[in-house]
Amino acid sequence: MTVTIFIPKDAAALALGAEKVAKAFAREIEARGLDARIVRNGSRGMFWLEPLVEVRTERGRVAYGPVKPGDVESLFDAGLLDGGGHELCLGLTKEIPFLRQQTRLTFARCGVTDPLSLDDYRHYQGLKGLEKAVGMAPADIVKQVTDSGLRGRGGAGFPTGIKWKTVMDAAGPQKYIVCNADEGDSATFADRMIMEGDPFVLIEGMAIAAVATGATKGYVYIRSEYPHAIATMTAAVKIAQAAGILGPSVMGSAHAFDMEIRSGAGAYVCGEETSLLNSLEGKRGIVRAKPPLPALQGFLGRPTVVNNVISLASVPIIMDRGAEFYRDFGMGRSRGTIPIQIAGNVKHGGLFETAFGLSLGEIVDHIGGGTATGRPVKAVQVGGPLGAYFPRELFNTPFDYESFATKEGLIGHAGIAVFDDSADMLKQARFAMEFCAIESCGKCTPCRIGSTRGVETADKIRQGIEPEKNRALLADLCNTMKFGSLCALGGFTPYPVMSAMTHFPEDFEPAPMVEAAE
Amino acid sequence: MNVRVTSGAYAERALPIIQELKGLEGPMLPILHAIQAEFGYVPEEVKPVIASELNLSRAEVHGVVTFYHEFRDHPAGRHVLKLCRAEACQSMGSDRIADRARQLLGIDFHQTTLDGAVTLEPVYCLGLCACAPAAMLDDEVYGRVDEHCLSDMVAEARR
Repeated sequence: MTVTIFIPKDAAALALGAEKVAKAFAREIEARGLDARIVRNGSRGMFWLEPLVEVRTERGRVAYGPVKPGDVESLFDAGLLDGGGHELCLGLTKEIPFLRQQTRLTFARCGVTDPLSLDDYRHYQGLKGLEKAVGMAPADIVKQVTDSGLRGRGGAGFPTGIKWKTVMDAAGPQKYIVCNADEGDSATFADRMIMEGDPFVLIEGMAIAAVATGATKGYVYIRSEYPHAIATMTAAVKIAQAAGILGPSVMGSAHAFDMEIRSGAGAYVCGEETSLLNSLEGKRGIVRAKPPLPALQGFLGRPTVVNNVISLASVPIIMDRGAEFYRDFGMGRSRGTIPIQIAGNVKHGGLFETAFGLSLGEIVDHIGGGTATGRPVKAVQVGGPLGAYFPRELFNTPFDYESFATKEGLIGHAGIAVFDDSADMLKQARFAMEFCAIESCGKCTPCRIGSTRGVETADKIRQGIEPEKNRALLADLCNTMKFGSLCALGGFTPYPVMSAMTHFPEDFEPAPMVEAAE
Repeated sequence: MNVRVTSGAYAERALPIIQELKGLEGPMLPILHAIQAEFGYVPEEVKPVIASELNLSRAEVHGVVTFYHEFRDHPAGRHVLKLCRAEACQSMGSDRIADRARQLLGIDFHQTTLDGAVTLEPVYCLGLCACAPAAMLDDEVYGRVDEHCLSDMVAEARR
C-alpha cells in the first residue's frame, strides 16, 4: 500500500527549509524505489519543530522534526515509512502536548489535509455547515451566528451576528462580503496559516455569510506580503467554482455567490475596514468616518459585511455543530475559541487554539516555554503594534476581550510577541510612534503629526533633555492621539507607548552620565 | 510641473493590460500590480494612460500610486531583499541583522547597490513571527535569519 508522507508547504515551514526537505524526500523515495507519496499539507503550527514531517501509519500519524535535508537518508534507514524510531521522532502527532492541549475548532483541518484537496476537505467534515445553511432561512443563519457569541477576531471584537443582521436587513440590489485578510500585526499569522493550510474553510464561511445576508459577490483582500496565501486562495477559489460551491447556484441552491482574491499593496492602515474598502475600490487607503457604517454603505457605497479571516473561518463549524456547541467554550462575553499566536523571543512559538480564559502567564511560560534565548521574560506585547506591553506583574490577566481592556490593553488579533530582559522599552515605545508615522494614512492630524512628534520626544528623553517634562509631554501627546484619531492606528498607538512608560519607568530614565563621559 | 508627452512605447505595452482589467469592480490596484509586474515599476508615462482609461485625473492616479509602499517609481535592483523590522523580529535581534545587511551591501534601506544587484527594503511583518527574524529574497522566505544566513543571501543575490 502506498504510504503517505506529509511535508508542510506553509510559508513558515518553507522559511525553515521545507522545500529542500521535500526534494530530498522525493529523491530518496525514487532512489530506493519505495511506494510512497508526498502530500504538501499546511502547518500544525509548532514552528520550533518545522519542517515537521509526518507519516501515516496504522497507529496514526507519526511526526518527525525539525527535519533537515541531511536527515532524510537516516530517517528512511530507521524505517520512517512504518513510523520507526529516530532521534527526530516525536511519536504520534496528536499526542504532542502542544497539540493535545488545544481545542481546534477553526483550525481542525489545518496541517492535517492537503489544502487544495476538496476530497480531503469533505472527508474531514468540510462543507457540512454550508450544506445546512443553504436549506435555512437567512434570519435563522444570522440567529445561529449571533447565539454562538462569535465576535470579530480581527481585533475589534464586534459581534459578528449583529453585523450580518444589519446587512441582511439593508436594502440594496447588490451586497458584498469582504474578507479582511490584511493581517499586518506583528506576531500574528493565524490568517496566513488558515489561508495556506485550509483555504476552503474561508470560502465556505464567506458563502454562508452570503447566503445569510443576500450578498452575491465576495472579495478577499490579502496583503501583498503573503504571496503564498494569495496563490493558495486563488487556486482554491478556482476549484470551488469548478465544483459548484461558488457560482450562480451555490451547492445547487437558489443562492448565487462568487468571489475574487485581491492583493493589497503594503499599507498597514488598510487593515482598518473603511480604509480597506477604499483600497479595494482603487483609492488611497484613507480611513472613512463612521457613520455611515460599512454594513449599510460599504464597498462602492453598497451594504457590505467586512469580517476578518478567522471570524469567517469559524462560521462553518458553528453552522455544522450549532451555536451552543461553540458558545460553551470560553468565558464571560468572550465565547468560543481563539487561535493564540505565540511569537518573538519564545521557545515554543506557534499557533495555539483554545477557549478564551487562559492566563497570559500560562500562555507565555507553560505553553510557550519561556524565551528562546533562555533569559527571563521582560515584557510581552499583546495585539500587534497597537497593543500594550504587559510586564510579568500582569501575567495573571485572563485572555479575553474584557479582561485585557480593564488592564489598558487589547487582545487584538491574539498575537503575543515575547521579549527577554535585554529589551529596551523606551526603544519599543519610540518604535510604536515611528511605525505610526510610517503607516499613518494622513487623515487625522494627531496621528499624522503626533506620531512624528512622539518619535522626537522619545529621542529627547533618551538624550536626557528635560526628561521629566518630555515624559509628561509624551503622555499628553498620547492622550491627544487616543481621543483625536478616527481609527485604531492613531487611537491605539498610545497603548504600547503608555504601557511601556507605565510598567517600565526605569527604561525612560536618561542614560547614566558615566556612560556619556566615557 | 512635470509635463511629459506620453511615450508611445509605454502606452502600447500598458494599454492592453489596463483594458483587460478595467472591467473589474475597483480595477485600480489590480491594474497597478499588473503594470508593476510588466515594467518592474509604475512608470510616470503610464499614469495618464490609466487616468484616461479609468476616467480619472492624473492627480488621482498619482495619489494612489504614491500612497502604497509597494509601488515603485523606478526599477528595483535585480534582487530585492526585504528584512522584517517589526516587533516580533526585533525581539530576536532583527536590528542587528539590519545593521549587518547595511554593512554588507554598503547601502541603507530603500537603496540599491551600485552594481544594480540588490535593493534593500524594510517590511513590516511577513507573518513568520514564530521563526523570527524573518526575511524575503525575491519570492523566497527565510526564518531564524542569522549573520551566516544573511551572508549567504547577499552572496546569492550578488552572483
